[in-house]
Parts: sequence; C-alpha cells; structure tokens
Amino acid sequence: MQATSSLRETLITGGKTVRDVSEDISRQVEGKPTRLWWMAISISLVLLMFGVYCLATVLWEGIGVWGLNKTVGWAWDITNFVWWVGIGHAGTLISAILLLFRQKWRMSINRAAEAMTIFAVICAATFPLVHMGRLWLGLYWVLPLPNTWGSLWANFNSPLLWDVFAITTYFTVSLVFWYIGLIPDFAVIRDRAIRMGNKTRASIYNALSFGWDGAAKTWMRYESVALILAGLSTPLVLSVHTIVSFDFATSIVPGWHTTIFPPYFVAGAIFSGFAMVLTLLIVTRKVFKLEDYITIYHIELMNIVIIITGSIVGIAYITEFFIAWYGMVPAEYYAFYNRATGPYWWAYWSMMTCNVISPQLFWFKKLRTNIVATFILSIIVNIGMWFERFVIIVTSIHRDYLPSSWSMFYPTMYDVGEYILTFGFFFTAFFLFAKFFPVINMAEVKSIIKSSSEKKH
Amino acid sequence: MSNTKKTYWKGLPQLKNDPAFVKHADKEFVDTAMQEDPGHSRRDFLKMMGFSVAAASLAACEAPIRKAIPYINKPIDADPGIPNYYASSYINGGDYCSIVVKVRDGRPIKIDGNSLSRVTRGGTSAQVEASVLSLYDNYRLRGPKINDKASEWETVDAEVIAKLNEISSKAGQIRIVSNTVLSPSTKAAIDKFKAKYPTTTHIQYDPISYYGIQKANKETLGSAIIPSYDFSKANVIVSIGADFLGTWLSPIEFAKQFATNREVTEDKHDMSRLYQFESNLSLTGANADYRSMIKPSQEGLVVAQIYNILAGNGIKSIDKIAYLEKAAEELKANAGKSLVVCGSNDKSVQIVVNAINHLLGSYGTTILPGSPVNFRQGNDEEMAAFIADAQGGKVDGVIFYNCNPVYDHPNGAALAAAMKNISLTVSTSTTPDETASASAYMAPDHHFLESWNDAEPKWNSFSLSQPSITPLFKTRQAQESFLVWAREANTDYFTFLKQYWSDRFYKAEAGLDFQSFWDKCLYDGVYDLTGEAPAYSFTGNVEAALSAIATNYKATSSGFELVIYESCGLGNGSQANNPLLQELPDPITKATWDHYVTISLKDATELGIENDAEGRTQLVNLTANGKTIAVAALVQPGQTPGTVGVALGYGRTNVGKVGENIGANAYPLVSEGETKGYRIATGVKLEKTNESFQIAQTQIHQTYMGRENVIQESLLADYNKNPEFWKERAAKITEWDKKVDPAALSLWKGHDYKNHHWGMSIDLNTCTGCGSCVVACNVENNVALVGKQEVINRREMHWLRIDRYYTSEANVEDYKGMEIASENPEVVFQPMLCQHCNNAPCETVCPVAATTHSTEGLNQMTYNRCIGTRYCANNCPYKVRRFNWFKYHDNQQFSQVNPAMNTDLGRMVLNPEVTVRSRGVMEKCSFCVQRIQTSKLTAKKERRPLQDGEVVTACQAACASGAIVFGDLNNPESKISKLLQIELDKDRPYGIDKKYNNPRAYRVLEEIGVKPNIFYLTKIRNKDKVKENA
Repeated sequence: MQATSSLRETLITGGKTVRDVSEDISRQVEGKPTRLWWMAISISLVLLMFGVYCLATVLWEGIGVWGLNKTVGWAWDITNFVWWVGIGHAGTLISAILLLFRQKWRMSINRAAEAMTIFAVICAATFPLVHMGRLWLGLYWVLPLPNTWGSLWANFNSPLLWDVFAITTYFTVSLVFWYIGLIPDFAVIRDRAIRMGNKTRASIYNALSFGWDGAAKTWMRYESVALILAGLSTPLVLSVHTIVSFDFATSIVPGWHTTIFPPYFVAGAIFSGFAMVLTLLIVTRKVFKLEDYITIYHIELMNIVIIITGSIVGIAYITEFFIAWYGMVPAEYYAFYNRATGPYWWAYWSMMTCNVISPQLFWFKKLRTNIVATFILSIIVNIGMWFERFVIIVTSIHRDYLPSSWSMFYPTMYDVGEYILTFGFFFTAFFLFAKFFPVINMAEVKSIIKSSSEKKH
Repeated sequence: MSNTKKTYWKGLPQLKNDPAFVKHADKEFVDTAMQEDPGHSRRDFLKMMGFSVAAASLAACEAPIRKAIPYINKPIDADPGIPNYYASSYINGGDYCSIVVKVRDGRPIKIDGNSLSRVTRGGTSAQVEASVLSLYDNYRLRGPKINDKASEWETVDAEVIAKLNEISSKAGQIRIVSNTVLSPSTKAAIDKFKAKYPTTTHIQYDPISYYGIQKANKETLGSAIIPSYDFSKANVIVSIGADFLGTWLSPIEFAKQFATNREVTEDKHDMSRLYQFESNLSLTGANADYRSMIKPSQEGLVVAQIYNILAGNGIKSIDKIAYLEKAAEELKANAGKSLVVCGSNDKSVQIVVNAINHLLGSYGTTILPGSPVNFRQGNDEEMAAFIADAQGGKVDGVIFYNCNPVYDHPNGAALAAAMKNISLTVSTSTTPDETASASAYMAPDHHFLESWNDAEPKWNSFSLSQPSITPLFKTRQAQESFLVWAREANTDYFTFLKQYWSDRFYKAEAGLDFQSFWDKCLYDGVYDLTGEAPAYSFTGNVEAALSAIATNYKATSSGFELVIYESCGLGNGSQANNPLLQELPDPITKATWDHYVTISLKDATELGIENDAEGRTQLVNLTANGKTIAVAALVQPGQTPGTVGVALGYGRTNVGKVGENIGANAYPLVSEGETKGYRIATGVKLEKTNESFQIAQTQIHQTYMGRENVIQESLLADYNKNPEFWKERAAKITEWDKKVDPAALSLWKGHDYKNHHWGMSIDLNTCTGCGSCVVACNVENNVALVGKQEVINRREMHWLRIDRYYTSEANVEDYKGMEIASENPEVVFQPMLCQHCNNAPCETVCPVAATTHSTEGLNQMTYNRCIGTRYCANNCPYKVRRFNWFKYHDNQQFSQVNPAMNTDLGRMVLNPEVTVRSRGVMEKCSFCVQRIQTSKLTAKKERRPLQDGEVVTACQAACASGAIVFGDLNNPESKISKLLQIELDKDRPYGIDKKYNNPRAYRVLEEIGVKPNIFYLTKIRNKDKVKENA
C-alpha cells in the first residue's frame, strides 16, 4: 500500500497505521500520569513557587531588590524578555511558514512547538510587566483617558508601546492557530472516551473540541482557517522580533543603535526557538515513547535549521564589529571594544562560543543525528542566546557616553528568582500540556501515514 | 359636626377607658412582651447596622491624618503658601556665611547666600546649604538635662548658680571654653559673666587651628591677627598645602575671588596661574595649573627655598621639587600681583611665608592686614593649658559654649576623664555630643536658625542673625544662659543685642531713629563700617625662622608621613549627623558615608592593598602621635608617594543615628606643641590588615578616556591663538562629497519656543568642584538620600552631580591604559545635570508620555504618569535620570539615612513646592521649574514681563564662584544670551537651533544631535606650551 521513496527518508517509522497513531498519542492523555511526570511537575512547581516568592518581594519592596542601578536600567529583566520571545518564534515558524512551504516533516513537531511558543510568550510578557516601577499604573496609563484637553494617549513614538502591540498580536494569533489545530484531536479523544464510557472526559473534550463532527465540510473549513492563520502568522514571525529589536535599534545607546538588529534578532530568535524545541522534544519522545513519530530525521532537519540560523547570527556579530570599526564613531568603536575585552568579556566569549562555534559541529552528520549530542548542543545554544541578549543590553549601557557614570551590574537573588519563575511556569505549563493535550497533531500525521511510513501491507 | 363624626374603637377597653389600655395608648403594639427588651428592637438593629457599615466604610476610605494646625490669628507676614525671606548669618564656630533663609509656613526650608555681604558675596558652601536640616535633627536636645536626666531650666539655673557662687566664694577657677566666637555681643555677654565671677577665663580654641598664622603675624606684623586675602588681584598664586578653595580659612570668599581672575573671554585674554605644592590631592590642587607633590617634611623647605630664591640668597634647601624654581621666578616677575599662602600651622613656616609676601609686596595688594578676619581666634597654648589645669584639678567649673573638645581636641579623652573631677561642668551644645555627655549639665542653646546673634567676621563687617522659626524645643539661647547665670537684671538676649548695637553702632546724627536703623540692619543682614585697622609694618626675624625650618624639616625622611586634613563635606565634624553632608560625594575621591586613608598607588602596591574600581579595599591600622586608628585605604592619584592623608570629622560617637559608626576619630593623631600640627612627618606607621571593606563612591571610573566631546580643554596660549580650536576637531558626519556638522542634519525641524527658552551655561574654568550646588539642589528639590549601601549599588539620587575626571598618561587609542589615572593627574570637574535636550531621547521612548517637552524648552517629568520602565534612563546619554528603586519616604528602612522624609521632625524641611516622589518613578533635574513658575506668576501679577535674573536656580544661587548662569535664550538682553553670544536666526528666532558664538561654549556630546540647552565653557589651563616632565 505504502509507497516508499528511495530518495526521501520516511517521516514516521514503525509502520504505523492510522489506528496506531490515535492509540499512541491518545494513550498519554487517557492513562494515569507516570511517576516520572509527577516528579517533573513537582520540580517545576517548586521552581514556580520560589519564583512567585521572588515576584511578590519585587512587587512589595520595589525594583530595588534587583541589582539594577542608575546606569544599568535593564539587565536580567529585558534579557529574559527577549530570550523568551526569541524562543517563542519556533512554534509559529514551524507551523506557519513550513505549512506554507508544504514541509511535511513539521507535522510531528508543530503541536509541541506551538505550545512552547504560547508558554514562552507568556513567560516573556511577565518581564515587561514586572520590570515596571509601578505595574498597577502601567495597565492604566496605556489606555486613552478622557481629559479636559481631549484624550490622554499613550506615546506612539515609543518602541515599548510597539512591543505591546506586537506581542499581544503575536500571542493572540499563535493561541488561535494552536487551538484550531487541537480541535480535531480533542474530538478524537472525545470519541475514544465515549467508546470507553468515560463520561467526564467525554464531556470535557467535547467542550474543548467545540462539538467537532468530522464532516467533510468541517474539514474543508478547518483547512481554510489553518491556511489563513498561517498566512497571518508568517509576517508576525518576522515582525515580532523586528519590533523587539527596535527597543534597542531606535535608541541612541552605542551598541544598541544598530540597523542590522531586525534581521539579526529574527535569525537569533529562530535559532534559539529551534534549540528549545529540540530540547523539549528529545525529552518528550523519550518519556512518551514517540520515537516513531519524532525520528532522527526530524532532529536532523531541525539541526540543519540551527546551522543556518547560527551562521546568520555569527555573520551578524562579525558585521557589527566591522561596522563599528568602519563607521569611525568613537563611542560605538569603544562599545564593541569593551564588549570583547571589557569587564564582561566572559559573557561575550560565552556567547561567541555557544552561538557561533558550537552549531558548526552540526556539519558532521554523525553529530547532527546523535540524540545526546543534539540535546547538549540545543541547551548550549540557548545558553549562548541568553548571553547574546545580556551582552547587547548590559555591556552596551554599563559603559556608554560619559565615563563618570560607568558602572557594573551584579544580579541579586531576585533577578535570578524572576528568571526561575518563568522556568517554573514554562515547565509546569508544558508538562500539563503534555499530559492533557495530544502532543502530536494526530490529524495531520494521519494524512502522511500512507505516503511516509515504512511498513508495507 | 360631632354628630356626623364616626368613632372607631380598637376594642372594648378603649370604649370603656380601661386604665390598662390608657397606660399603653401611645404605644403601637400593646403586647407588653415586645417592650420587655427594647435593646433588641428591629429599628435599633437597623440603626446599628447602618452606622457600623457607614463607620467601617468611612474608616476604610480615610487617608492617614497628618497634623496641620491652622492659625487662629494669622500673623501679618505669614501667608500660607507664600514664602518669607529673612537675612541671617550661618555661624558654626568660626565658620561664617551671610545668608537669606527661606521660610514657608513658619518653617525654614532653604538657605541661600546673601549677596549684600562683602565677605561671602552671596556664595554658600555645602555645609551652609546643609545646615537647615540640622535644625530638624532628631538628635537635638529637647530641653535641659542634669546628669543625663531631663530637667527644667529653673532647676538647672538654680543649681548652676549655686555651684558658681560656691566656686566663686572660694576663689575657684572657672573656664568658659568655646570655639572662635565671632559675635561681639556674645563676647559682651560673656564679659558680664566674667564680671560676676571674676575668676572666669574665656578660652577659645579651634578644632582646626590657625594659631600658627596668628603667632607668625604677631612676630612679623606685631599683632596676632589673620589678614584678609584677595586672590582676585593675584596673577600668580602659590599655595603650599593651603586648600583655600575647599577648606582653608574662608573658602566661600576665596572661591569667588579666585573665580574672577580665572574667567577667560574674548576681551580678557589672561587669567591667574595657580601653583600648588601639597601631599594630598586637595580641591585647590585639583584646580591648580601646576601641582607638585611634596611630603610634609618638605613643606618648610619649599617655603624656605622660595624665600631664598626671591631674596637672592642662592642657598639650596631642597632639590627636585617640580616647578619650584619656575614658581619663584614667576612670583618675582609678578611682584605686587602675586600671593603665597601656606596651610601649615607651623609658626616658623608662616613667618617665612610672610617674609615672601613682604618681598613680593603683597601686603596692601593681595594681603590686607588692615582688614583682619576673625574666623580663627583659637589659642592652642591656652587650650592646652586648660586641659593640663583640668587634669591637675586646678579648674573648678567649666562651661563649654557650643564646642566639643572631648571629640575634636587631640587630648579630648584626657579632658573627658578630667571632667569627672570638676565640680561644675556645663555644656550648651544643641545635641548631647561627646562633651555634653561628659558634662553634668546640658543647657542646650538654640539652633542658629532659632537664635538672635551678631557676628564680626571681618574687621568692620558686621552681620546679624535673626530667628526664622519659634524654638522647636525647650532650649535657651546660650547667651541668655550666661546672662541668667551672671544674675543680670536683663536676661533677654534680644534686648541685650539691640542695646549693644544701639550703644556701639547707632549714631543719632544720621537722621534715623534707632528702630529704623535696626530694621535696616536686620533687613540687610549685614552692616558695614568703613575705615581700616591700624597699619602694620613688617618686622620679622626671618633668619631665626629659616634656621628653625632647617632643623625641623629634613628632606630625607623615611617611612610614611601623614597629612590630617579637613573634609570638604563634613568639615570639622560638627555636622556629622547631617545626612546631606554624609551623602555629598567628596569632591576628589567621590566617596560618601565613609572615612579612609588616601594612599598612593605605589605605596598601596607595596603594602599589598588592593583597592578595586568598586571601592573594595582593606582596613589599615594608621598609627601617629602614639595613637592608632583603623580605617579603609583608598588609592588616590596625586597622593605623594610616602605620604598618607586622613580626614577629620569622622568617628563621632555621640552624634545621632546618621553619623554613628562612620570611620574613626583622627583628632587624637594631631600633634600638640606650641601649635597643633596637622602634618606628621615622623612616627607614622601604616599596617595593612586582612579585614575587607567597601567604600561607597558615586563615580567609579576615573578618567574621561580622551573623549573630547565630553571634556574640552585647552592651554591658555593655544586658546588665545585659536579660540575655536575645538570646532575643527569636533566630530563630523561624512556626506558623499563633504563633511558636515552633525547638528546640521536633521529630519525634523524641532520645537519653537514662543515665550521663553531656558538655557544654562556652566564655566568649567571657574567651577571649583566644591559641591555646594549638589547640596542646594538636594534641599530645594527634596531629593532623597539613600545611604551607603544604595550608593554602593550605584543608586544615589542626586539630580546634579559633579563629574571629576583625571588625566591619563596613555595614548588615546590605548583604552586599557587610559582607564588608569596619572600618578599626579590634572583634574577637571564637570557639573552634570539634566541637559534639557531640545531633541530629548528620553521623551520619545517613554511609552506613556510621562516625560515631555515644555513650551519653554524644559524637559519635564510627570511623576503621576510615570510607570517606571526606565527606558528613558537607558536612553539618556548623560545618565542624569534617577529612579526611585524603593520607597524612600515613610519607610523604616531609610529612616536612618533619610530623616527628612521619614521622621516627623525631619519632614519639616521638605519644600512644599516640590513633590516627594513615590516608589517606581523616574526623576531628574527640572531646572527648578517651581522657581521659574513662581517668578513668572509674580511678573504676571505685577503685569510686567519677566526680567532677566528673576529666575535663579538653586545650583546657580549656591555657586560661590558664579560658574552657573541660567536664563532665557530668547531674550537677547539676558546675561546668558550675552555670555554665550546667542545669535537668533532671523527666519526662526524662537527655534531650537540658535547659534552660539562664544568660542568657549560647547555642548556635551554635540555630535549625537540631542541639542542640549546646557552649554559648557571650555576648561582652560594656564600652563606653558611645552609640557614639562613633573
């Protein structure tokens, strides 16, 4: 029945049938959680609780419990923000852009990647909120308020305001896209629950699936909506990080004021997003025994994306240095000199090693098809990307124009705590997702079973 | 009618008028059971519930009550919200400043200089500016105390008088000990006391003694005076260890004089030249054109050598002191227009200095012995004798009049021990300080802002103090105490003072009744007489002095030598409990809240002391004069190798919460002899300990990295040759065919200011870096003080800071090398505050438009709207924005360091015109917008245009040297327009791009195009073209 190409590797191994797919994926949702899952979610919750304590302290005492100072007004907060937003890029890229390019290998990974995107964007959004001195007013002053001279508007010149729009749009579209994709799969679980006689589950998943009936007409609409949303998401993948990069690029701080930032940030975002997807999926496929769905071939393809984006990022770094030298602006020249040789040289060289040198190892097929190597490198890439944002933000402002104000930034427990908070949230949310939602898009995978599964009948 | 009326009965009992019914006829319910328990009625329940709910909700809504008590009968001059100004005098020991006190709603809130004074000429110092907060010091005594127990004045007076009589009757010795007393009336009051108790002797001493100068003048001029100096008339000034711009004698006066001859304009091509020979890098040394590092053991030799050269003796007393011969030659060439001053307290050295000045013809030109000053009248010998007498049991009673010798005398500890055996010990100090605590009676004086007083700071220059607030506590003016204890009939010091002035100054023939004369003096705050003191002629035994120097000063001294100096902020330590001064960065080291030993890099390396950029260092044990103190070591460029410096004023033990436990007391290290010695050449030991310590500095990077867009400086000769030298070197933007001025390129034509266009000019040449503007700004704008830890966290809130940069030996391309200051660096000070950019980068990035541009060119903060993203601060190229990281007001955490916002007493100093900022809000310099607004409203009420000079910012008012000029750039007649030579664009006179033609004017970071409204005038050094090797 199944045709196997001699050129193209099969996407789903183990000779799965359509029934196998439903069985394999739904089993996780229907079964009792494993001990491993309990351990994982407990650790995540502990991290979350610690983070909540740190957050409460920040809100109660003030931003002063962080290590910021008169010169360095942003450090871990905005570093983490940009880092999480960057991670949040992979999901939409995979599901939207790869959908438009008809890349079928995305089907096994897009669900988890999109979930990751949603959670990462939520994590990211906490930082612009928490970093405000007066969060409670931040939610209030952005509204146009009636006033004797007309409405008092927010300042549309400010890139921070652009961020608000960019991120909320991205978050909304990603969430809708993700949810639309989940509907047929929820219906599968509902149907199975009815068959198994589990009424509670049936009614919950019935509600979640909006009463999906699986009719041809419904499928047709589903496909159209998915395509429209993919079309909508595609520019967003590029715009969100472009706008985030404007926070820096439109400023006058040497090291921030750089026109290369938009493409450089987008490439970096995809780079870190793919790395995070890999980290999560390597664990997920192991825990949920999904090796047949998320194969070495998938991992290899993602590793290739990492080589490409990693190289783009590397070229961007070098270009920045070249322009700093070629532009002959003394302040900028010094900013880059200071990056590489100043007090934060270690952050800079960590970034260079993790982001530019380490992905090049994937030129070796042996490494890019090795699970352990991929797992380690995916984590290294994200460490590197965190340092990239730290280097851009902190090393630029800690020594800018007036040497009298130069200073250092030292993080406190609460800086770290805020970061841990987002990790706690992210993993808690991801584990809940992995337990209660189908982690692989069954509907889509079923569509490629015939063409790309190796077992012949 | 009655026939038609129907009657209804409730029942038969009503018809029958049953007595049981009649009794309850007025009740609605006849059922008696209902009335048994009226407390539980439904109505009561509803009433109670309604009341409770209303009360609970009202209580929940209510704001905390702050005490505000309105006047029952409003005094004529007190209008709520309208400040009154009273001329008065700041008197703290021998420190003096003529001031104008701003009083809002009965509370003094700000001190400005009094420009009518011919001594201080409207200048102030950091200590003067800060003293208003000392009025509201929580540590002040609330009333008299006997043996540390609160008491009443009647009891204190009775006991003191009884004891005085007892001592007097057996001819026991009584001493009144004080610092320099400037007030003639006070001296008269003390004389009354002395008349009553004839065994009384009044002893004056100064914590920082100038007795050596008095003694030298006694020998050379015949009178133990200190003359006036006039630095403005000197073309060449040589200072040997005298920090006359920072602390020496009368710095406010000297800064003003010095500045007048440092200005360089297109018409005035010349300026004075200052040579400084010193061990520590002082504020004056930082302003010097040529600075040489000497050891204290060389100080006398330098003076002697200058003398020898000038006298043509040809004797070499010293070798290898840079610029010594050059200085002497130039003094000679500028005889009559030169001045030599020396900070030494050694009589022999001062005699030779006098001889030099005599040779140069300085007397009568730059030194005015005909107008002696009274700032330092202390007599070290008498004071030493007093302590010896006290120890020997020869003193029976002592009254310490506003002085603290237990703390600030080298023998203080011995005095404290001896005081236990003195039968009567009284202190009039306003706080229970070290001496007051050792005294049996505390009879606290008023704070000077609550007192009547007068002063004669200089021969024939008089000054009055008047109370600007009703005494806060049950204190009593010390002079009144003297009069009470002298059993005078009139004990009211105000009457006494007025009588004294009437007797001494009032002349009926002037056609003015006394009250009018008095009112005029009080209104002006000063009263000057003309005429000169008797002429003095120079007769000194220079040879004896020279030989004394030759014996006492050995050029080859081994081991460390110590210079004990007065800190610019804390002074002699009397205001150590004032957080404004504790948080004021030292002008040179930029350290706050800390005490340290300054040491050269070479010595620090040898001792293994590591002092990193973050101020982390180790404690050292410093031994001198047989005493050891442990303080942190601070590596200081410009410190002579082999010497260390340590400041006085720290290590107070009985001082109040703010100043407690900061540093160590250095007074015991001062050597005692004929005169107190602050330079110690022998017996100084310095040992490194392993205890680490962190010094809180507001600036941790020392050099300006060769950035000419920040600091522009030039040699005088270069400047005169080509005044616009820097314009050629300024950054340009390359277009395809030419290089253009960065300011010329803009996509946006900018604002138009139709009314005023406020701008400021700061002269880097006349700014001495003293920091009085910083304190003035703090007080005027309610700037929060944050304490040592927050300064270490780099979060001080100062709106105005003074950047201090050292030069470096390294090449401009050697970034690492340029971070290291020279061994003996040149110094430049740059006051840095919000530049009020016309294209402000902070304004565009604020997401909620909390920082906006005014129609008059101000960059404004709307605190209410600020949500605290700090984006504006990141995008500020000048880093002048300050964030409220914590709630600095009403927060127990900061009550110790910021009493002005955390204690009921301290809060009285807050300026009601300026909001106290809340947590999470950004703040910055507002160009004193409240002052601008007040002046504009006054002009409007008087239906006239605002005049130039009506708006004076707090920093401008505080600047003794007049380096800061503020005004309207739209007004071609304003002082600032003339100074900067503003040329209005014909097509667009009110636009932002005004041409400024003063060749010295530049804007910091001109090339980034933010177009600030603050202009700096280039620093010009009066050095010779060829750079000699120091």
